[in-house]
Amino acid sequence: MTDARPASVPPPPGRLRRAWQSDFLWSFRRAPVAMVSFLVVTVLVLAAVFAPLVAPHDPFNPATLNLMNGFTPPGQPNAFTGESFWLGTDDQGRDVFSTILYGMRISLFVGFSAVLLAMVLGVLLGLLAGYLGGWTETVIMRVADVQLTFPAILVAMLIFGIAKGITPPEYRDQMAIWVLILAIGLSDWVQFARVVRGATLVEKNKEYVQAARLVGRSPFAIMTRHILPNVLNPVLVIATISLALAIIAEATLSFLGVGAPPTKPSLGTLIRIGQEFMFSGEWWILFFPALTLLALALSINLLGDWLRDALNPRLR
Amino acid sequence: MLAYVIRRVAQSVLVLFVVGLVAFAMFRFVGDPVDNMLGQERTQADIERLRETLGLDQPFPVQYWRFLGQAAQGNFGLSYRQGRPVADILMERLPATLELAFVSGLLALVGGIALGIFTAIRRRGAAANAIMTLSLIGVSLPTFLIGILLIYLFSVELGWLPSFGRGEVTGLGGWWTTGFLTQSGLKALILPAITLGLYQMTLIMRLVRTEMLEVLRTDYIRFARARGLRDRAINFHHALKNTLVPVITITGLQLGSIIAFAIITETVFQWPGVGLLFINAIQFVDIPVMAAYLMLISVMFVGINLIVDLLYFAIDPRLRVDRTAGRGT
Repeated sequence: MTDARPASVPPPPGRLRRAWQSDFLWSFRRAPVAMVSFLVVTVLVLAAVFAPLVAPHDPFNPATLNLMNGFTPPGQPNAFTGESFWLGTDDQGRDVFSTILYGMRISLFVGFSAVLLAMVLGVLLGLLAGYLGGWTETVIMRVADVQLTFPAILVAMLIFGIAKGITPPEYRDQMAIWVLILAIGLSDWVQFARVVRGATLVEKNKEYVQAARLVGRSPFAIMTRHILPNVLNPVLVIATISLALAIIAEATLSFLGVGAPPTKPSLGTLIRIGQEFMFSGEWWILFFPALTLLALALSINLLGDWLRDALNPRLR
Repeated sequence: MLAYVIRRVAQSVLVLFVVGLVAFAMFRFVGDPVDNMLGQERTQADIERLRETLGLDQPFPVQYWRFLGQAAQGNFGLSYRQGRPVADILMERLPATLELAFVSGLLALVGGIALGIFTAIRRRGAAANAIMTLSLIGVSLPTFLIGILLIYLFSVELGWLPSFGRGEVTGLGGWWTTGFLTQSGLKALILPAITLGLYQMTLIMRLVRTEMLEVLRTDYIRFARARGLRDRAINFHHALKNTLVPVITITGLQLGSIIAFAIITETVFQWPGVGLLFINAIQFVDIPVMAAYLMLISVMFVGINLIVDLLYFAIDPRLRVDRTAGRGT
């Protein structure tokens, strides 16, 4: 076929080209704020994922640490060793830039995993509540109501506290990351469940669902194969905004000392450590992790804001 | 109306019942309190004696029953960490948190409504735009970073205000202590109150602004203008009144989250309230304190939600049809 086409007719646009011209990307190209935010998020995520390659030092390998390097101001050579660090060093001579990269890794890992957990749980329960109705719906939505009475961060703290009580003391530091994911994930599923339930209630009366039911598909297949794809847009928006909230929640918990342990510091733990040196003038130990957290949270928030508008057909 | 009230009260009691169950489950299944209270050097006799004193040798239903009875009387036993009655510790710390929450709530409400009206009326002004942009950053800024930033500015750099503690407090009527009466107490209150109130203030501001813009577009406002009423009368008398219904709901619900977010602010400023107590309890797995705090804060939340719902219902005649109103996030 392609061989028979006259040379003067341009080939049909490829997949990439069509994607580039889609509505979605069109609105992306028209939103400078979204593009900048996307760029910031991409750079930060890549830097975190490839932290072992990007970081100039391995901050958690005691063999490479030199206590003499402690409290080196950013950009200046150390008074004793003459070594110079881009963003300075902390009290133990760890390179602040490297600890931020590794810390961001933990923050992002916890954030993504927690949102994934909340999303899977919330979407599943929301679908069940919306599609099955009856007492399933009553139980799920009542639990959601009770949980909504309390702010998510409080629920997360409580789950963290209980989980900490259950794990034996010698495993607490190792388990802290997983407990954090569980705590933040379980504190955040309600949003997803409510939205998915609402959308499912609308979708389940449409003709395509009735048709699927007529041909005898199982309720599970109808929920996951037919209804789910149609309620995914709002889920995506909530997931983006939840990611920013989850990263902030993780940082807050770690800052309060009920999150990532000092042996595996996340951005929040680094800020907690840095705060101690604020009064003695070593501002960089606090300032750079805080700035990174802010940049991460703000750009994900802005991206989520844009996504909400871009995916909302009424606003086009 | 009566049916609605009864249903709401029943719902609230149910929530409290569920929370009570969680609190009891924490007591019963998390960690071994005897382990937590006794040091490294202990004998089997010590352990047995303590188990008996704490009632841990009793069967499960008996413990549950005793827990409910004691909790209803405000008795949550001894703190594992401090060895003192939890109720006493909580009562000691409560005034600090309530004063902080009150001042930041007031700040959020007054500041939020004022800025909301301003940004709605001067919608296209440069100042209003600047405020809106700042509020967006304010929403993304985690509470603890705001606190650190304020400490850095006003305590470390300028040295105007204290960075931690409550200052000098005065005892009032036996158990209440207040920081309102001394200069150092008032100074110590400023930074924590701003930290805690800022987020709620931006929320209220954005809400008032949206509602005001909506109301200002309606026909009766246009009619009031046509009648030649002054802008002042229109904005404050006609428009503001009609924006206040959702503001009251959200503010009421936010009051609950102010008490919860006080945990963060209290930790940043080492403010000796119940929030700091709760965080320390989590760090040391002090279950009685955690459970008692949970119960205390649930009673507050559920009470506030109930009052707000009923208030909402009372001030807006349109809602006196059968529906469950005002359940926000």
